[in-house]
Amino acid sequence: MKPVASPTPDTQEWFDRIDVGELTVAHCQNCALRFLYPRMCCPGCGSRAVGLIPVSGRGSVASWVVNHRGPGVFAEEAPYVIALVRLEEGPMLMSNILVEDPNAVSAGLPVRAEFEQRGERRVVQFVPEVGTV
Amino acid sequence: MSLRGAIAIVGAAESTRLGKVPDMSALQLHVDAALNALADAGLEPSDIDGVASAGELPNDVADYLGIVPEYLDATNVGGCSYMLHVRHAMAAIASGLCSTVLVTHGESGRSRVGMRPWDPAPQSMMAQFEVPYGPLGAPSLFPIGVRRYMAEYGMSEEQFAMVPVVQREWASRNPRAKLRQAITVDDVLASPVIADPVHLSHCCLVTDGGGALVLTSADRARKLDAAAPPVYVLGAGESSESSVVSGLSSLTSSRAIERGGRAALAQAEVAHADVDHLMIYDAFAHVPLYGLEDLGFVGRGEAAAFVADRNTAPDGALPLNTNGGGLAYTHTGMYGMFAIQESVRQVRGSAPAQVEGVDVSVAVGVGGMFMTSGTLVLGSEATLG
Repeated sequence: MKPVASPTPDTQEWFDRIDVGELTVAHCQNCALRFLYPRMCCPGCGSRAVGLIPVSGRGSVASWVVNHRGPGVFAEEAPYVIALVRLEEGPMLMSNILVEDPNAVSAGLPVRAEFEQRGERRVVQFVPEVGTV
Repeated sequence: MSLRGAIAIVGAAESTRLGKVPDMSALQLHVDAALNALADAGLEPSDIDGVASAGELPNDVADYLGIVPEYLDATNVGGCSYMLHVRHAMAAIASGLCSTVLVTHGESGRSRVGMRPWDPAPQSMMAQFEVPYGPLGAPSLFPIGVRRYMAEYGMSEEQFAMVPVVQREWASRNPRAKLRQAITVDDVLASPVIADPVHLSHCCLVTDGGGALVLTSADRARKLDAAAPPVYVLGAGESSESSVVSGLSSLTSSRAIERGGRAALAQAEVAHADVDHLMIYDAFAHVPLYGLEDLGFVGRGEAAAFVADRNTAPDGALPLNTNGGGLAYTHTGMYGMFAIQESVRQVRGSAPAQVEGVDVSVAVGVGGMFMTSGTLVLGSEATLG
C-alpha cells in the first residue's frame, strides 16, 4: 500500500478531519494568519491561540513535477503528477493531481480537493475543476 | 568588531579517491580527507583543538584522530553544513574559544558503506505531508518549483539544459571530474526524464568521497609552514526557512540563500563586480539559477539567459562551478565541502581549470530542498589591504 502519515500531536486533528472528509488549515486567532503545517503556535506572531478552520477545498496549481519513476508501488503508476497546490485560503499543500494526461497540468490550473481511501485512512488529493482540462 | 579576514583556511584537501570507494566507510573518508588537509597545512592532529563535522559526529572524528578538543560543532543542516562550520569557527577562533579548527566531510553516498538509506523520520513533516504523494526524494522535491519559474520568467527547456552543458565544459578541463565528456542541449533533453522538467543530466552525481579544512587565526596562518598561502574568510552567512517545500515562501527563489548570501557579501565588504569566481551548490541544475538571482548577481528571471549566453562558461565574465559541480565533478550527498574546496583552489591558483587572477571567490551552499543555506566569501592576501 502507498504510505500514509503517522500523525504527531501537532498534526493528529488535521489528519483525523481528513479521515472524515474535511480539509482544514491552521488559523491564528491573534493575527489571523492561516498556515500549514499545523503547529502549537503561530509562525507569524508566536501566539498559542491557534486552531483549525475548514476550507473550501479549492485552489490552483502553484508548481509541479511529473515523476517518470516512483518509489515502491508508485512506480507502476508513472508518469504521475506531484504538485504544490495553493489553497484559495492561502496555505500551500503537496498533492498528486489526479489526471489521465499529465500534460494537462499547467501553472494556475484550478483544482479541488478529493479524498482517497488508503487502508483505514484517507489522503487529500486534488483533481482539476470540472471543465478546466 | 569586524571578523572580515580574522581567520584563514590553511589546510584544504579532498579524500585521496573520489567516485566509487567501496572499501572505505564514511568515517574513514572523513579521516582520509582530514589527514590530507593536515598535511597540506603542515600540522599534526595534536595541533587541532576544535573539530566540526556533519554526517559523522565531531567527537567520533576527534577520537579516531586522537584529538581531545576544546570546541565541537556538530551542526548538521544538510549539504551546506560545512559553510556554517566555517562561519562558527570564525567566531570561535576570533573570540579565543579555540585556535585551530578541523572541519571534515565524508560520505559513502554511492557505495553506502556504513550508511542508512534515505528515509525521512516518520514524525517529520516531510514524512507526513510529502511522502504519501510518492516523491523520489530530492529529485522530485527539490526542483518542484522549476515549472513555476518557467511560467513566470519564460525560461525554455533549452535554456535550462544549458546549465549542465556549460558545467560539463568546466569538467572537461578537470582530470578528477567524474563526467568529462562534452554534451549538447539535445543530449540533455534526450537523457531520461526523472521528474519532468528534470532529466537525468540536470541531476547531480551520487559518489563516495570526503573533504576537510583546517582553519586558524590570520596571525597564526602567516606563521605556519603550510604548502599554500592562507585563504582568508572575508565573510560568511547562514539562514533557513521551511521544513517542507510546501511551506517555502517562494517557488522561484530561496529566502535562505538570499538572507545568508547577502549577509556574507556585506560582511566581506565586496561588491558583485569584485567577485572573480563563484560556486553555487548544484544538486540540481536550477539551484545555480536561483542562487545567481538570490545573491543579486543578476535580476529576477535573468539567470537562465545569463548562463545560456555563456557568462558562467570558460572565458565568461563570472566563472561558475569550475570543478564541474555536483552535476559533473562529484556529489557525495552533502556537497558543500567540495564547493569550498574548489573556491580555495581558485584563490590559491591551483585549480585544474584555473581562472586567471582570482582574489575573491564566493561559495554558496544549500541544505535540504532550499531549507537551509550557508555562504562563504574567501579572499587572497591582496584582499586584506
